[in-house]
Amino acid sequence: MGLKYLKGVSTLSLDRGKCRGCGMCLTVCPHRIFKLAEGKAYITDSDLCMECGACQMNCSYAAINVDAGVGCAAAVINGIIKGSAPSCGCGEDNSCC
Amino acid sequence: MNENNKYSESFCISGEHFLNNIPVSITGNIRTDSMEVAVVSGKLEWRDIFSGWKVRWGIGRNKSTVEPGIYAAGRPDKTSPVIVTSNYSLTFDTVRSSLSETDCWILVLDTKGINVWCAAGKGTFGTVELVKRIKSVCLENIVTHRELIVPQLGATGISAHDVRNFSGFRVVYGPVRASDIPEFLMAGKKADDSMRRVSFKVGDRLKVVPVELVQSLKFLPLLFIYSLVFSMGDKSGESVFIRDFLLLSGSLFAGTLFVPVFLPFIPGRWFALKGWFTGVFYTISAGFIFKTGLIDLTGNFLVFPAVASFFALNFTGATTFTSPSGVKKEMKYAIPAIIIMIVAGTAVNILDIFF
Repeated sequence: MGLKYLKGVSTLSLDRGKCRGCGMCLTVCPHRIFKLAEGKAYITDSDLCMECGACQMNCSYAAINVDAGVGCAAAVINGIIKGSAPSCGCGEDNSCC
Repeated sequence: MNENNKYSESFCISGEHFLNNIPVSITGNIRTDSMEVAVVSGKLEWRDIFSGWKVRWGIGRNKSTVEPGIYAAGRPDKTSPVIVTSNYSLTFDTVRSSLSETDCWILVLDTKGINVWCAAGKGTFGTVELVKRIKSVCLENIVTHRELIVPQLGATGISAHDVRNFSGFRVVYGPVRASDIPEFLMAGKKADDSMRRVSFKVGDRLKVVPVELVQSLKFLPLLFIYSLVFSMGDKSGESVFIRDFLLLSGSLFAGTLFVPVFLPFIPGRWFALKGWFTGVFYTISAGFIFKTGLIDLTGNFLVFPAVASFFALNFTGATTFTSPSGVKKEMKYAIPAIIIMIVAGTAVNILDIFF
């Protein structure tokens, strides 16, 4: 059974104009949401996106944009308390993923 | 020996130079052009298995690191593949036991004892560290090819094209799970869809439950005090306190244990809602068993599901599919709702003392 999170929240976007169809995003996506058509990538279902940012990191044509981060409530709370970006605090107290 | 090699001899650092922090089984050494590289056993001893079990329960987690550097599995030569991994001992043990019948090099990055995926999310398993580590072990003297096999989940922190530009090494993304590496190599470094897909089956969920449980235990004193305060107002005293404390703790376990195990079967996509449903189910069951009074039940109906909801929401951090945008949206609604329910439930419990 596939697990899906909230609908319509992912910040993932793909600029097909910049895409050269190298297929790197197809390789790295842990939820397999990219496919190729007519030599360019497209997004099949952005509700499956967890915004890990792997596709953006590995797109050498800068065609992918996503507000990447960790989907972790404790991290969001930490970020609010410390006034910084959400962080799960691993390495400091190891209360992490 | 030419000047260049001398330079490498004195500056190349393998993992074995820091033996004080190596929980791995070293079985020998391999002489390469620039230095001796430690060979690691592909077999897990009982103590490795025990330490793996311990870290799953959050015991000694911050000490379970392997010294970063280069190691050998089997009898690798200059043409053998290079597998990149993190220096969390549980990860390293998984990798070396998966490679028990493969001759290859293992390049361990300094991720401060964090697994590949989490470290990649933080950037410690990242382009900068990888390029630095390639240089510090003088990888160009160990292998003649210019290719690295990086775990797919490391892609969150590693930019393949940048690694190539900065180091000359080409990144090939390997499978998600280390156990698929031999099959991946056999297939000419090709991974099929199942090797590239992240799952979150019941077995995967159970693996992350212990550490969630242990971390939630720090909330127990709070629940203890809460139960103590409200049982003091009760005429029957001590026995009620123990009952109330157990009941309240049960709602914590509903969120940290029941929700992860039955995750796909609990209605809703929102974790807070999944936790709340579980909490309601729990409160009804507990009400039947302990035959609590009506006002008591009203307070519990507000407090218990709210507690379960909070811990279910907390579980988002251990899943493989929740996005930060989703978690933020959920928290915006769930946190105020949880606070309101706990405050209202507490008010009912206060009233209960007087009636």
